[in-house]
Amino acid sequence: MVRAARDATLARKLIMLRVDVSKQLGDFKLEAAFESEGRVTGLFGSSGAGKTSLINMIAGLLRPDRGSIAVDGEVLDDTASRLHVPAHRRRIGYVFQDFRLFPHLDVGENLDYGRRMNGLTEDAARRKRVTDLLDIGGLLDRRPGKLSGGERQRIALGRALLAQPRLLLLDEPLGSLDEERKEEILPYLVRLRDEAGIPMVYVSHDAAELRQLATQIVMLKRGHVTVFGGVKVLSGAQ
Amino acid sequence: MFDISPTEWTAILLSLRVASIATLVATPLGIAVAWLLARRDFWGKAAVDAAIHLPLVLPPVVTGYLLLLTLGRRGLVGEWLADHLGIVFAFRWTGAALACGVMSFPLLVRPIRLSIEAVDRRLEQAASTLGAAPWRVFTSVTLPLALPGVLAGMVLGFAKAIGEFGATITFVSNIPGETQTISSAIYALISTPNGDAAALRLVIVSVLIAMSALIASEWFARRATRRLHGN
Repeated sequence: MVRAARDATLARKLIMLRVDVSKQLGDFKLEAAFESEGRVTGLFGSSGAGKTSLINMIAGLLRPDRGSIAVDGEVLDDTASRLHVPAHRRRIGYVFQDFRLFPHLDVGENLDYGRRMNGLTEDAARRKRVTDLLDIGGLLDRRPGKLSGGERQRIALGRALLAQPRLLLLDEPLGSLDEERKEEILPYLVRLRDEAGIPMVYVSHDAAELRQLATQIVMLKRGHVTVFGGVKVLSGAQ
Repeated sequence: MFDISPTEWTAILLSLRVASIATLVATPLGIAVAWLLARRDFWGKAAVDAAIHLPLVLPPVVTGYLLLLTLGRRGLVGEWLADHLGIVFAFRWTGAALACGVMSFPLLVRPIRLSIEAVDRRLEQAASTLGAAPWRVFTSVTLPLALPGVLAGMVLGFAKAIGEFGATITFVSNIPGETQTISSAIYALISTPNGDAAALRLVIVSVLIAMSALIASEWFARRATRRLHGN
């Protein structure tokens, strides 16, 4: 009895992501199916393997030709029943490789954007927790144009977190940073994984990065899932 | 020389009113059309695009006559509007505003369309993943980023509306106090004996209005650019 109750809370905490989709993209056919319950699902593959298209479908930015996507049992895409929940109603956060901060808003307004759009009440404590976690409290009045790549990516992370998503997608978040900046951001990502309590899908072509962050790996090769399992499946990959 | 007569003042104020109303009414419509042309693919898009540009290439007198045929007191739409809604355009200042709005529409739409096309769609995607519904993406991201283009379009449209002559005089004639704008007043004055001095005064006024519009647009554009990329 006690055991069952504990399992139920655990199940609630761990997100269940179920993806089974296909999409024709030019000459390239993406056909991917996997289920994941990990805290951080690492989506691993070389460039052109279809990683970004796959998470764009999870985010709702791209519609699959066929198949279904479900998060926590809620079906977000199902071509058989013509169901497609648009991106803005999915509550799925997205951190892009190229930051995509709003240039006409200052850092504070960027951070506040998701809260405003989702009609969430102001929560100073949550905001402080996130700005402390990412060390961006001192940048609030600045414009994104004046910031370094590392600072921008930390703000993009904070912006996504403060929209209170149920799942956070990160597409090569270190991809456009140099080595030094990568080292600057990586500890924040570890903290995020351990403290923010939001399940993540982390896309990368860097096995070392995923070894540090992911709890489960989905390996994608030319549009197909080739391996699925724990981080050890990355041994041999580089 | 600089004693502007009451009739001239009437024409100047009427021109300003006609051009302002034409621009203010046309702007929301222009933004909507510009957004459709920039961001949506639909059946007949090329035809819509061509129709909007038509006043730019047609002789103004043709546009004015077409307006008279459709929206005149006995026109196809005009008669219905007058009988059912009590709206009359023909030989009224509102008709002058309508003619100016139609004539300046292509000039208004073009910069807005270009600036919407230049807005990075990846930012719009980011906004939607943060929970913004399509219309809020538009009002919170697309429109603010396209603002310099919107202002440029408004100034261009206003300048065109202030100078509009052919379509206006064809559609609503040249009635002092009702439809006589600066342009049609100058036209009337230069064919009147001893009207030269008055015509010249109005010419100077229209040059001043045009210059102020250009300076204002430059100032707005700089401010907007600073707001977007600056500190």
